[in-house]
Order: sequence, then structure tokens, then C-alpha cells
Amino acid sequence: MAEFEPKIVAFVCNWCTYAGADLTGTSRIKYASNVRIIRFPCTGRIDYMLLIKAFDEGADGIIVSGCHPNDCHYTSGNFHARRRWIMFRSLCNFTGIDTERIKFSWVSAAEGARWADIVNATVSEIREKGPYTEYHKVSRHAEKEVNHG
Amino acid sequence: MVDLIKKAKELIETSAVKVVIGYEEGTGNKTRALFVEKTEDADRLIFDSRCVQNLAAYITKKEIKDKGKMAIAATLPVMRSIIQLASEFQVNDSNLLVLGITPESKLVEFANLVEVETFVHQYQIEIDARNKEMLDKLEKMTQPERWKFWIDELAPCFKCYACRAACPMCYCSRCTVDFNQPQWIPVASTELGNLEWHLMRAIHLTGRCIDCDACYNACPLSIPINLLTKKMLLDAKEHFGGYQPALKGDHLMSTYKPDDKENFIQ
Amino acid sequence: MNIDKRLVRKDSLEKLFDILKQNSKKIYAPVTKNGKTTFRDTASFSLVSTGYIQTTESSKDISFPRTEKLLDYSKNKEGMSVKGIDLKDIPEVILWGIRPCDAIGIGELGSIFNWDYKDEIYNNRSSKVTVFGFSCNKSDEYCFCTSVGGNPGNTEGSDILFTRMGEDGDYIAEILTEKGQAVAEIASGIFERLETADKEKFLADVPVKFNHNEISEKLDKFFESKEWVDQSLRCLGCGACAYVCPTCACFDIEDEAHGKNGSRVRCWDSCGFSHFTVHTSGHNPRDVQSARWRQRIMHKFSYMPERLSVYGCTGCGRCSRACPVDMNILEHLISIQEVTV
Repeated sequence: MAEFEPKIVAFVCNWCTYAGADLTGTSRIKYASNVRIIRFPCTGRIDYMLLIKAFDEGADGIIVSGCHPNDCHYTSGNFHARRRWIMFRSLCNFTGIDTERIKFSWVSAAEGARWADIVNATVSEIREKGPYTEYHKVSRHAEKEVNHG
Repeated sequence: MVDLIKKAKELIETSAVKVVIGYEEGTGNKTRALFVEKTEDADRLIFDSRCVQNLAAYITKKEIKDKGKMAIAATLPVMRSIIQLASEFQVNDSNLLVLGITPESKLVEFANLVEVETFVHQYQIEIDARNKEMLDKLEKMTQPERWKFWIDELAPCFKCYACRAACPMCYCSRCTVDFNQPQWIPVASTELGNLEWHLMRAIHLTGRCIDCDACYNACPLSIPINLLTKKMLLDAKEHFGGYQPALKGDHLMSTYKPDDKENFIQ
Repeated sequence: MNIDKRLVRKDSLEKLFDILKQNSKKIYAPVTKNGKTTFRDTASFSLVSTGYIQTTESSKDISFPRTEKLLDYSKNKEGMSVKGIDLKDIPEVILWGIRPCDAIGIGELGSIFNWDYKDEIYNNRSSKVTVFGFSCNKSDEYCFCTSVGGNPGNTEGSDILFTRMGEDGDYIAEILTEKGQAVAEIASGIFERLETADKEKFLADVPVKFNHNEISEKLDKFFESKEWVDQSLRCLGCGACAYVCPTCACFDIEDEAHGKNGSRVRCWDSCGFSHFTVHTSGHNPRDVQSARWRQRIMHKFSYMPERLSVYGCTGCGRCSRACPVDMNILEHLISIQEVTV
């Protein structure tokens, strides 16, 4: 069997992390190709349900990243996001969702190298942990008919 | 509750309000909501320890609102819900009069919601010992154990949405689960669909839930879904110093502090 | 076929369960969790609940699952491929411990699924269920089977009906159908000869509370009554009543998509939900709760008798027990009977 390649979904803001990731590319820094980047106007726009949807659709890990505090293009979007992540992470933890699979970070437009590091670290950590079958097993269970035993 | 009956009669007689919402004797030793629109119906009003349904769920209902100004017999959780609803612009002094019932079962009259708020703020929201113990037990479990616990507990849920219907804070005319283009939460009542629905319910109530247990009491299968909102309440306390429903000021989850503390963002 | 009355000793019930299990039968039996009793695929007799008056959920989940896949689809280069479910995969099931008011409900539910279109999947599931009914020796104030033509020892819908002779007694087993006979033969030693048996004296006393024919007739002229508004003011519009009901059959068909693949599933729905009748235009013909409550009662007591010649209510009283705001169907039917049009 081929080695497990983690599927990582990254939810990033347009102004900092996306630009940072762009810089990683233009700087020709090599990094793991497991990440699928989804660009948002701001971290403040990233709904919890999107993160859940990612696991639902087969992601093994998630990165959520935006502007450093005080650097938000819209002044306070990342502050709002931070508060939500605190509560969301706590809910995930309480319901037994593996919070080690959701990485939060601040990456600015100038931090191309840092973005590569974060992606690489996440990929190797998730590779170590293996696929998120615990969640995926549940998510693929529409076939389980005549109820829940 | 002689005082309540008297007051209700007076309010209806003088046309101060169109309807008084309170409790009456139901069937099977249960109590239930009563909507007094005629003075003679006021005699059916009762109040005792069985009256736990959160009547605030009715004040945002079209059928009730359309009647005109309402008065409501409100226990502490109901008053908290009302303040939260008022802060979300769902009710105000012109359409609601609160007939408070203190934790000692005494009737208190409030001239306006500011007075209700002052009254409510004398009491902290406390999680009862039995649930606290359950939360501690869950806290001590490993992550996979907690996962199994919730998948098993939520599996029987058939998505009748009684929890949503009974919750005063779930007043949206269209809930996220009712959207199917795009579909956020699977409609199907499967382990996944149930989990995602309850996660969403808990997160949408974070900073708004006043811990009245209406969701749990309404659940025909007695699934302990109130633990989720209780946990959010406790964690909000830990991270942000807690919250009390308040007429003015920001809501917990629609505001921030530049120095909010966390230890997980790289 | 002739009803074959047999004796099953109280200690033999467990043996019967085990023998059926050894013969790899899937048994759905009442199991209690969080104080609520519902039917579950049960591995061991020790898990089976006894002493319940009525289970919280009906047993309809077995033949009409809350979520049921109808087909799988996938998009590919050639277009679309669709794979329906294979009816052969539907297992044979023994439904253990259902009350006569649930057993009779199987027929009522079936009449909806066979009204004009014959629902193949439902019928297949239903045909694979062998029903072990257990008569009621207790009832509560929510029970009203006798008011809708049933009774606590009704054999209709069961393949074998067990009636316990007294609180701690043995059972009379009435083997009612060939399906029941076939199962009984697997464990023939369990079903002993019975000399005489009068089950009537062991049955619960459920007084008749209203005349269902009168109600049906009255409902014809009752559509515009203000009573609906008065009754339904406290209704919160959840689906608890419909979901625990043995005869509520409304469903919604959804596509659960994952990229290019997906499944079409049938999910329970309820006429009590405010969005149940919303048109694409935004218009909602039942835009208030009273119209939805009326629909619930009319469907069961007027439309079904008229179109299908059966009542949509078995008097199990579940909806009243499950309702978070004490919408008691019996109380409201009585008041419909009493109110002058």
C-alpha cells in the first residue's frame, strides 16, 4: 500500500496568509503539496461549519490562518475570529473531535518561509497520526440502514 | 398563585395587555402554557415547581405576537431569556410586560425591562451539581472516549427539533439546518447528521444560552444535549469571565478584546 | 389459518430469544436508554426491557427507517451512473415486544405506502418483519386504543401475540399467521400445549373515551373552526409527535452529496414543521401552527378514513407522552367531540 498522504485543507485570509503563501511560491520555497488552500476575504468570515464540512468531506487535517493581531485588513476580523476559535476549539475538544488536527496560525504576507514551515509541520504531524478515520467512518455512514443498533 | 391570577385579571380587564402567558395544570401531572385572553381564563393560572417550561419561547412566535401586547409570568430563567431576546431586538417594553416570579415563588412586578435586568443581575447562572459532575466526568475522559460518548448519545436523535422549538433563543424564521442549497448540515438523521446538528446548535447558542434546560426537557428521547451548552457556558467563564444577558453592551460572541488569551494559535 | 393457542412458560422466553439468535435472526426489541424505551437491534435477552406501558418511539423505524438510502449515484466521464438499493440486502427481522396498538399501526402505515404508488422498498422491508406482539396488562391515562377500534389484546398485525397471565405469570402465545408458525417451528419445544385460556381477564382496562365515527363525521364540517387555534396556541411546531407516531408517514427526499458521488435518501418529515408546506415561491399555504395542527388531526381522522378506509391513529398515546408542551391528542379529540359546530 502506498504511504498515507494526508489531505489538509487550509482556510486562509486574502490579505495576509494567502499573500504569504503566494510569497512562499514566488520565493521558490518547496513545501508539502498536501494542502488545499481556500481563500477567504478575512478569517472573520470563516464559519465553524466550513471546518466541520472539511472533515466531513474527507480532510485529515485543517489549517486556519490569517493576519497577526492588529494587522487585520478590516481592523478587527481576526480578533473576532480568535474569540470564535477559542469557543469552537473548546466545543470540538468536548465532543471528542481531535483538536490536534485543526491548526490555527497567524501568517503575514511577508512570512513565506513561515507558511512553508507551518504546512510542513502540519503535514508531518498528520502523517504521523494517520487518516482521520474516526470522523470519516461516521461521515460515510448513510449506508447504515435500518437504524442504529 | 392568587397574586398572579389577580394581576392577570386586572391586566386583561384594563386592556393593559391582550394576553397573559402563564402555566396551567396539564395532563399526566404535567403543567403547560396557558394564554389568558379573557378574565375568566385567569383562574386556571397556576405556579409550582413543575412549571419549568421556558415560556419565553412563545414571545417570538408569530401567533402570539400578533395578539398585541403580552404579559408573561416569568421565572428567573425566563427573565434571563427575555433580557437576552431584548438585547437581540426581539422584544421591548412596548410589546412585553414581565410578571416576575422570584426563586422564592413571589410575584414581583416590573415597570420595564431595565428593572427586570437589575433583578436578574442579582443572580449568577450556576450549573447544578449533577450536571457539573457529568461535565467533570466527560472532561476526564480521553478524546476517543468522549467521541464515542457523544456519537452514542446522539445516535438516537431523530431530528424532531423539539430542542430548537423549545429554546427561546432559536427564534430564526429559517434555521441553518433548513437550508439545502447549499446544504450545511445533512438533513438525514445519521450519526454524522446528528453530530453536526448538535455542534451547530451549541455553537450558535454560545454566549446566548442562559442554561434553562428547555432543550433537554423537550427532548422526547432525553438526550443530554444541554451538556454541550453548559460546557460552552463554563468555558466562556474561563476564557472571557462569563456573561450575563444584558440590555446594553456587546454580546459575548459578537465582540472581542485585543488581549483575549489563547494558547493554541501558532 | 386457525389460531393456534400455546403456552410459553415465563422462563422459556429467554430460551426462545436465544434459539432465534442461534438461528441468526435479527431481533429488534425494546431497550431502555436515558429512561426512554425504543426498539434496537438487540444481541442479548438481558438487554430487553419489560414493564413498559408503551415504548417512546414506535416500531415504524424498522420498515420505514428515519433515514433510508434509495440509491447511490456517481458522475463520471460517461455521464451518470445510478445504483438502486438491492432489496435482497434487506434483512429478515423479528420485531419483539410491540404492543397491539403498534401492530395494528403496521397495516395503517402500509395503506399509505400502497395508496396509489406501491412502495416497493417499504413493502419489502415490511414483508420481512415477523411481529411478536405483547398484549397490554397495564395502561395509562394517555392510552385510548379502544376509542379507535383497537384493544389491549388485539391480534391484528401480530404474527404471534403473547399475553402474560398475571403479573408474574406464564404467557399465552397465539400463533396467528404462517410467518408466526414458521418462527414457532424453529423453537417448537418452547410452545407447549395449552388446555384452556381466556386472555381477556389478563388485559388492561382501557375505557372508550370518544366515538371515532362521530369525530370523523364532525371533522367534515370542522375545517374552519376556531377550536384549532385555541388548541394549538401552545404547540411549538416540533416534529416529536410525528416521529414517535406509528402511522405518520411523511418523508422528504434529499441528496446527500460528496463531490461527484452521493446518495439519495428518504428522511422522516413532519407536517408540524413550519417549512413543511413552503412553496418555492415563498408562499406557505399552512403558514400558522393552527393550520398545521388541524392537518395532523384531519389527516388521521378524516382524510385517511375517507381515502384509505383506515384511521391514522392507533390510540397508542405516544404523541401526548412525547410532546414537550403537553399537546394531548386524546384531550383535544374529546373537546372536538364536545364542541358545537
